[in-house]
Formats: sequence, C-alpha cells, structure tokens
Amino acid sequence: MTTITPTTKSSHRGTGTTATRVIGLLATVMCAWLVVFGLILSPADRDQGDAVRIMYVHVPSVWLAYLAFIVTAAGSAIHLFGRRHSLQADRVAGASAEIGVVFMGVTLVSGMLWGRITWGVYWQWDARLTTTALLFVSYIGYLAVRNLDGTREQLARRSAIVGLLAVLEIPLVHWSVKLWRSLHQEATVLGTDLDVSLDGLMLFSLFVGVVAFTLVFVWLLLHRARTMAVVDLAAQRRLDDALIARRREGGN
Amino acid sequence: MANQRRRLALSVARKDLRIERRSHVLTAQILPFTLVTMVLFAFALDATSVLQRVAPGLVWLAVLFSMMIVVQRAFAVETADGALDALRSAGADMSGVFFGKFIALVVQLIIVEGALWIAAVLLYGIELRLGGIVLLVTSSISATCGLAAIGTIYGGLASGIQGRESLLPLLVLPVASPVLIGATRSAEAAFGIGGTVASEGWPWLGLLTVFAVAFVVVGSFAFGPLVDD
Repeated sequence: MTTITPTTKSSHRGTGTTATRVIGLLATVMCAWLVVFGLILSPADRDQGDAVRIMYVHVPSVWLAYLAFIVTAAGSAIHLFGRRHSLQADRVAGASAEIGVVFMGVTLVSGMLWGRITWGVYWQWDARLTTTALLFVSYIGYLAVRNLDGTREQLARRSAIVGLLAVLEIPLVHWSVKLWRSLHQEATVLGTDLDVSLDGLMLFSLFVGVVAFTLVFVWLLLHRARTMAVVDLAAQRRLDDALIARRREGGN
Repeated sequence: MANQRRRLALSVARKDLRIERRSHVLTAQILPFTLVTMVLFAFALDATSVLQRVAPGLVWLAVLFSMMIVVQRAFAVETADGALDALRSAGADMSGVFFGKFIALVVQLIIVEGALWIAAVLLYGIELRLGGIVLLVTSSISATCGLAAIGTIYGGLASGIQGRESLLPLLVLPVASPVLIGATRSAEAAFGIGGTVASEGWPWLGLLTVFAVAFVVVGSFAFGPLVDD
C-alpha cells in the first residue's frame, strides 16, 4: 500500500478555510432562525393549520435542488466547451449533483407528507411532481455515471454530457406530463391545493428558509468539491509513486 | 464529408442488420420475448375489457423492454472484438457511426412494434380504425426515432463498461418517459380507445417529433466524445 506524503507542510487540517467557516457559521445562524420563525413565530394557516410549516422546508428544498442542477449543468458546460476542459468545473458539477439529489429527496418526501395532509393522498400525477420524480432518478443515473471505470478525463467528459442531456430532458418531460394531465380531471380530495395565501411573517419565514438552505448548499458544495480535489490529488500521487517505483526497479 | 458520413452510416447500419439476420437473435429470441410479455400482461390483468383499455400502454412498455435488449446487443457486438476502437483508430467519423447504429435500431424496433401491434389485435381484440392508420404509423415512426436516438446515445456511453446491463435502464427509462406517454396517447387516439378521436392524437405527434429531432441532433454531436477513449 502506498502512503501519500505531502511535499509541503500545510496548515490546513481539513477542507475548511476562513470563507467556509464564515459561510458555515452564517448557515447555522440562519437555520436556527428558520426553526424559530417556522415553528414558533409564523402563524398557522387558516385552512391547513400547522401543516403549512412543512412549506418552510419543502419550498427551500425545491429551490435548492433546482439550483444544484443548474450549477451541475453550468459546470458540465464549462468542462465540455471550455478551452482548458477544467476538472475543477467537473468537480463542482459532481458535488452539486450529489447535494441536488439529497435535496430532491427531501423535496419529494416533504411534498408527499404535505400532500397527504392537504390533498388526502401522498401522490398526485401533477406535472411538477412527476417531473421532479423523474429528474431525481435521472440525477441518480448521472451519479452512477460518475462512478464508472475509466480515466479521470474520460469520466469527466461522459458525466458532463449526461449532465447536459438531463437538462434537455427537463422541458420535454414537463411538457409531456402537463399535456397528459390536461386530459384528466384533477383529483383534489379535500378540495384544497398547495397555493396558500401568505401573510407577511409567513413570507419572511420562507425567505429565511431559502437564504439558510442556499448558504448550506454553498458550504456543502465548497467542502465536497475540495474533498473531490483531494481524492484526485491522492490518485495522481499514487500514480506518480508507482511510476517512481517502476523506474527504481528498472534502475536496479 | 457529408457523403462520406452517409456512406459510413449506411455501412454500419447494413453491417448491424446483417449480423442480426445471420444470428437470428431478433427473430429467435427478442420477438418471442416480446410476445411472451404480451401474454404475461394478459395473465396479470385478467380481463379483456381492461386489456383493451390499456393495450397501447402495454405495447409501448413491451417496446421499451425489448429496446433495452436490442441496444445492449447492438453495442455488445461492437465492444466484443474492439470494433469501436478499430473504427476510431481508422479515423471514422463517429457521427456517421451514430447514424448507422441509429438506423439499424430503428429498423429492428419497427419490426418489434409491428409484431406487438399484431399480437395486440389478435390477443386483446383491439380494432384499428381506417382514420387512425396514418396517426398510428407516423407517431410510431417518430417515437421509434426518439427511442433509437436515446438508445444509441446511452448504449454508446455504457458500451465496454462492466455492469452496463443495470446502468442502461437507469439512464434510458427516465429520458424515455415522454415517448412512452406520447406514443401511448396517440395510439389510444388511433384505436379510438376510451372514446378518443384520431384528432386528439396529433398534439402528441408534435411532442414525439420534437423529442426525436432534439435527441438525434444532440446524439450526432455527443456520440463521439461519449465513446472516445
């Protein structure tokens, strides 16, 4: 087994820097605010009661999941069409997709729980819900492509193409499901939908949630992209060490 | 250049179809598999009225399942002897290879679909109206082009990779869902199932055509970098 010895002494003992620590601290404060505003200060809804509080997790999760997939597409495009075919852009794309899949999962679970209370059913074949579910599976496929065998450059190129194809898929899936559902009667069991009228404090709580989740996303993205860079570096060092060892064998 | 690409595409398509004709995999394995699927659907649903109502969906589901086998086979014959590497080494235009594999897939899938529609008419008792024939044929061709394009793109990506049997459905099925929805609804309109009329099928043809054009164009550019070593 090859051990990796750093050539220069580094003061960093992890992937954290001053910037990530500040972002992490802000994210923690905003999440605490969200708990206070979402669970205590904001009022219950007239129709939905306390169930409306799920919105403070659900809506920021949706926003974050789609933001993550936009970042994945942008990173993929920069890697594929950029002159230097930057691996850093590929790492950002991969890290963002991992976070996006987690938050898309949170979106689906929180949406189903909210739907059970407001619609009376866990699932409706609504265009937004169905598109989100299919997108969730597509990005799991994207992550599977990232874990295939191959050289680092090969993997980056393949996953960049799959990342961009997934973007092409979003409008087509949404269009088809919307057209499909327009032919059916909507099955609203309790006669209410998720469009709630928001008062000032509810809207502010939602805003706090979006800011808190965005900060969590940035913090996770930076750490994950740096972890991926360390993994790439370790693989490169292993290769270099193996080459040196072979040369030594040849010299002896 | 365009002429060369067309010649390459036709050579690859002819080669793939010749392999299929000589190996009899399509006729001796894939077609019987699709027919068994249709029989199994009947066992599972167990009511002629239900079968008649959902027949178009069952036919297109069977097409999707068969497509997985056809695509995996189309790329297994390329990777087994390093044929794709040889084509690349010979400086072949990979978009020509994409179109060749695409054409061969379209032909094979149309044969499968033909057999499945005949099976649906005979086994499930659905009746095709005269006014629905044009809609059924055009929507089937558009849907097949879309499926063949995504099959070729993702088949190329998964070629030569261990575990591609499980990876391919994970990548293809979510992307293929608009085709499944569009092709099923337009076939329902063509057969007049559920009180639909043929004119209700045309918006779906629009969706299927946009899907096919988008993925054929993207595939012709993306295929080279995807299979490139």
